[in-house]
Amino acid sequence: MSDSPATAHGALAEAVNPHGEHPSYLRHHFQSVEQQADTTNFAMWLFLLTEVMFFGGLFAAYLIYRNWYYPAFVAGSHQLNVGWGTANTAVLIFSSFTMAMGVWCSETRRKNGLVLCLILTFILGTCFLGIKTIEYHEKWEKHHIPGMHYSLQSFLNPASDPDIAQYHDKPLPLDMARHTELYFFLYFAMTGMHALHMIIGIAILGYMIFRARAGAYTSGHVTFVENFGLYWHFVDIIWIYLFALLYLISRHQ
Amino acid sequence: MSEQAQHEGHQHHVTSPVLYIIILFSLLVGTALTVWASFIDLHAWNPVIALAIATSKAMLVVLFFMGVKYSTKLTKLTLIAGVFIFLGLISMTLADYMSRAWGRW
Amino acid sequence: MSSTIINLPDQSTARIPKTNFLTKENGLLSWLLTGDHKRIAILYLISITFFFFIGGALAGLIRLELLTPQSDLMATDTYNKVFTMHGVIMVFLFLVPSVPATLGNFFIPMMIGAKDLALPKINLLSWYLYVAGGILVIYTMAAGGVDTGWTFTTPLSTHYINTNVMSTGMAVFIAGFSSIFTGLNFIVTLHKMRCPGMTWFRLPLFCWAHYAASILMVLGTPVLAISIVLLALERTVGIGVFDPTKGGDPLLFQHLFWFYSHPAVYIMILPGMGVISETISTFSRKRVFGYTAVAFSSVAIAVFGFFVWAHHMFIMGISNYAVLVFSLLTMLVAVPSAIKIFNWAFTLYKGSITFETPMLYSFGFMGLFTIGGMTGVFLGASGTDIHLTETYFIVAHFHFVMVGGMLMAFLAGIHFWWPKMTGRMYPEKISQLAAVVTFIGFNLTFFPQFILGTLGMPRRYAAYPPEFQVLNVFSTAGATILGVGYLLPVLYLTWSLKYGAIAGNNPWQATGLEWQTQSPPLTENFLVTPIMDHEAYDYEWLETQQAKEVASVR
Repeated sequence: MSDSPATAHGALAEAVNPHGEHPSYLRHHFQSVEQQADTTNFAMWLFLLTEVMFFGGLFAAYLIYRNWYYPAFVAGSHQLNVGWGTANTAVLIFSSFTMAMGVWCSETRRKNGLVLCLILTFILGTCFLGIKTIEYHEKWEKHHIPGMHYSLQSFLNPASDPDIAQYHDKPLPLDMARHTELYFFLYFAMTGMHALHMIIGIAILGYMIFRARAGAYTSGHVTFVENFGLYWHFVDIIWIYLFALLYLISRHQ
Repeated sequence: MSEQAQHEGHQHHVTSPVLYIIILFSLLVGTALTVWASFIDLHAWNPVIALAIATSKAMLVVLFFMGVKYSTKLTKLTLIAGVFIFLGLISMTLADYMSRAWGRW
Repeated sequence: MSSTIINLPDQSTARIPKTNFLTKENGLLSWLLTGDHKRIAILYLISITFFFFIGGALAGLIRLELLTPQSDLMATDTYNKVFTMHGVIMVFLFLVPSVPATLGNFFIPMMIGAKDLALPKINLLSWYLYVAGGILVIYTMAAGGVDTGWTFTTPLSTHYINTNVMSTGMAVFIAGFSSIFTGLNFIVTLHKMRCPGMTWFRLPLFCWAHYAASILMVLGTPVLAISIVLLALERTVGIGVFDPTKGGDPLLFQHLFWFYSHPAVYIMILPGMGVISETISTFSRKRVFGYTAVAFSSVAIAVFGFFVWAHHMFIMGISNYAVLVFSLLTMLVAVPSAIKIFNWAFTLYKGSITFETPMLYSFGFMGLFTIGGMTGVFLGASGTDIHLTETYFIVAHFHFVMVGGMLMAFLAGIHFWWPKMTGRMYPEKISQLAAVVTFIGFNLTFFPQFILGTLGMPRRYAAYPPEFQVLNVFSTAGATILGVGYLLPVLYLTWSLKYGAIAGNNPWQATGLEWQTQSPPLTENFLVTPIMDHEAYDYEWLETQQAKEVASVR
């Protein structure tokens, strides 16, 4: 590997012009803006790897218990509204698009475009959280939150639950019905962890909108927006898998 | 420094918005497809198809929205290393569970 | 031991350079808000030494209790808390950050010719996270400790224990992020901040070792984090993810926990191996034999190390198929470690060996790590593991590799780089004495434990059958000697800060870019970015450099 980017040219330039003009955002331990951008970009990718492994543990738990308690997972999955889930998926996909467009605006120095894209991403992200709140509230109403007066009613007697009438679910035996609580735990843990990452992302977006309006990202310094974009797309990818695994287990009967 | 203006955009590929729009629509189509497929009884193929579509969507996001298609070899290798270890965690843990004589209810 | 390679400047005219990273700025805030990797390394050094002695005191209590077969010094519950806190502190607050956060932080930028690590603020954040984790551990101890064992084995830790699992879990979670950020910083730095001419294969092997350890830190530690999150949720909300009565599986926690904790042992040992590469080369005046093999074996240990975790779970209820696969893979992971030992031995062969303190510790490392590593093979073979696991054999095995191996490597590194960090030499005679005392104390403490283990004495027990007492007494006697051996360096190193001989740039006549700078170094390390034009461990290049050097003022 020959990726030693601190080129001799850079070193020479530094020796010849040690305190030449360099942008205010260039930190002193870097030789060039390029090196700084490269470095922070790589650092963000590594951080995303740690996030992949962090979620990995939850995915492992999900796959194991789905393998063991498939009927419970099917029944649990039917309790999720596929309409809201699909809507949320579309919302996040659009937000990834607006974020990518935001990066493009930053790269092509379109300040107003960038601000617009960031605001749209912010709104879409908030929209996602709003829909999630509706879904969580629904779970609360139906007593499907593990550890909080969890109710097995819909699983022992599916006919009593109008929301899942279309699936013609058969009643589950008691022990399998109890395992739906595990499904919902994983649902809340995985979507909750995802939502936490969304909240952090939205907070950072707020900060970025404020800075973007001051022109911080449209004068050559793209890296912050670019790296945040990576984070945002990653959160979208997690949701793509969560949607497939949690909502779409088996919608046919 | 004038060098900056030379270097900027030099290694830095700027993807066109048109491509972004194409990817956006592909992702939406993929979403519709996966929802539709889940309503059809394809027995053991259901989860396979769902994961395949999810992975294709993820690949589109990674390659184009995250720019990995135009990125350095280092970025690509980093991604592959991460996915490799992730798959190692999942597969070897699952292998234990699936090879146990009990727990298959 | 009359020959030495120590080459100090003329003491009558030598002075510590007035401008260096220690004197550059003054005041507490200049330390607490620093971005300078060297200052952060010193902050870490002070913190980990503090926690090491707390962990050591706990070890002393363990050995005191085990002098007699009955559980008479403390209640068995208290004993459980003592060994748990000993483990938690020594693993998470000492061994994991020891070499990387102190020597790695200090020297990786210097070895590659850079001014600092890639992400200085993240580096500082790492230290603060470490301190936060440490404070939580102290809180836990004050609140009565936790007694699950450092491994938090389920379902004990989730369902049957009423002690402070949550605060310990939080401490480990936070300290884990400290480790993740350090590893992330190193990987980015090694990829992106090397000076011109510094190709991968000209890097000191210390850097390769840290690169491998950093991969483990970045990819493994997050799984520990999620396992603790799930543990916490299980304890608080009781969702049943690890509870058999609710359909969960306690082994799932163990899979996730050991997925990190096995790579963790490589996180702990690899940086130590990096130190040994440097010291063995310097004190035999020879390039490391088989540079490429040593470099690649570090990475191989990291990669293989990810796929052997269930050898900690052979008796826990995993499937026989899993036992088979993990046992075979464990045999594989021993190979790269052995390759290193062979390469170091071949480095010594026909070298000009001298016995300064770092070399004494390095010899100790080679012998003790080999023994510890070989006993690991007995444990990796599932047939023997069934009998030896959860006995003192395991305790002896990991103390041989971690204390006889890693801690000796850490001390080797501290002594080797002490002149560079502080500008002062430590007193050689007493330090050699301390090294020998440590070696003797160590063997007396832990070798009997191998025998105890094969005889059947279980680990984590405050009381044991009376026939095991003699060996336990030997072990405790050894521990006392070992304590002296560890106390001495703290004393004489502190003494040397004021009274040690002035070291000059390169007292060991070592290769490596860090030895081309003043001692202590400038804040920016180098006035001009160096250009690397020679291979690593190039002693001929060093000779030409020294010929050009101005040695005295006269």
